[in-house]
Amino acid sequence: MSPKWRSGLIFGLAVAVCGAAIYLPTLRQRVKRTAKLVQETEEQARRELTQAITGNPNGPRVKAKLFWASGADGAKLTAVTVELPLADDPVLRAKQVLNTLLAGPVDADLRTLPPDAALLEFYLMPDGTGIADFSEAIGTSIPSGIESEQLAVDSITRTLEANVPQVRRLKILIHGQEVDTLAGHLDLTGTFVVSTKPAAAPPAKPAKVG
Amino acid sequence: MLLGMRFALRIPFLSFMAAGRQRFFLHAIAFLACVVMGFAGWAASSPRRAPVQSPVVQAAGTAQAIPALPAVQPVGLNVVVLDPAHGGTDYGARGTEGIRESEVVMEFTVQVRRALESQGFQVVQTRMGNENPSFDDRSAVANAQQGAVLVSLHIGSTGLPGTVRVYANEELPAETDATGLIPWERAQGPFLSLSRKLGDLVQGQMALRFKGSPNTVQSAAVRQLRTTAAPAIAVEVSSVTVENRNDLDRMAPGVADAIAKGVAAFKPSYVVAGAAGVRP
Repeated sequence: MSPKWRSGLIFGLAVAVCGAAIYLPTLRQRVKRTAKLVQETEEQARRELTQAITGNPNGPRVKAKLFWASGADGAKLTAVTVELPLADDPVLRAKQVLNTLLAGPVDADLRTLPPDAALLEFYLMPDGTGIADFSEAIGTSIPSGIESEQLAVDSITRTLEANVPQVRRLKILIHGQEVDTLAGHLDLTGTFVVSTKPAAAPPAKPAKVG
Repeated sequence: MLLGMRFALRIPFLSFMAAGRQRFFLHAIAFLACVVMGFAGWAASSPRRAPVQSPVVQAAGTAQAIPALPAVQPVGLNVVVLDPAHGGTDYGARGTEGIRESEVVMEFTVQVRRALESQGFQVVQTRMGNENPSFDDRSAVANAQQGAVLVSLHIGSTGLPGTVRVYANEELPAETDATGLIPWERAQGPFLSLSRKLGDLVQGQMALRFKGSPNTVQSAAVRQLRTTAAPAIAVEVSSVTVENRNDLDRMAPGVADAIAKGVAAFKPSYVVAGAAGVRP
């Protein structure tokens, strides 16, 4: 190989090394962005599918009790009665009340759950254990702290207790996965007690109020 | 990656075909090409590498606390394990003024440590600097002590600013382990009533110093406490949302004094057998 060719080859390789060094970070970012986009699209599809089966706007409207933060210092919950066309099926009923809870109260300061969080799915096991699968925003957008995380879970369990008596315990998943904590403090590896009352018969058909 | 390896093998082969001093240059070029292609392959194939779990954490996660051994000498409370929450890349709660929970709790820890040592307690910390041990690693520090209590320090992002809440774990499911060992996942179970007593004593002291704080311990499923085989509480100060960081700093001496006095008041009611991790 002549010196001229050798120099050309070395120069070409040096250019290739520099080019790769410049291009690689962009490539990594692009791969990450694509992965995130796929995840968001899946979550959006699941959300649309879930919401399509939970609504029953023509059904009889009944009084549902939802638990949001009280106005005083925000550390306690207060029950708010809302009229909803609740379904008889406990799974659909749980989805309806939890979606309403997520939608939030009129006063946004009384929210217990982040506005961008979504209920992806709700399952009910034969032993009365409800499994609520939320989107990642429930962990990433909630104010971090023991008090705020406990308040969020309490608002969910007390709302289920008041409106879906078939649910005895609650397991919370995030994006289909069991996680260690909600936002760094509250333990999500176990289940939360929803109701300690003896198992009740399915609720009678609700009376019409509107 | 595989493509890079193939080229890496082929180019030195070609270089051996060449003659004389050109071989040296061809080897150098081949090596350079290997590095470039190997690095490109790695970058493209692993955009998000899973963190490698350390063997220590894996062992701790599956370990069981030491069972009840024949008692040697009853041991009183003499060690307080202080756990400044979060750390490293986990800042914990963050305020609008740039206040980070992980930093503030370290400063609280310094003052709490001093107050406890002045009461005659030995103090052990779960972290000394800006690192973030796992929940299990932090619990392991407390579980390795004899006659210890754990106090986990937090700054919340809600609640009335200037108040403090003390938490003990909620009731844990009954133990079903037939071996008599305390399962790691429910290590706090046998200590719940002692934790509540410690929590009540510390919370009572907080209520005297910080108006608006509750009078009794609160219940919450705090993850850090669940795997701790000792009386354990979490103390949460409100909050990172204060407009001025000095408002939080001014609370530190009161919080330290309340913890030290509460732990000292708890000391007579906590006597354990002389082995770590035994049932109370």
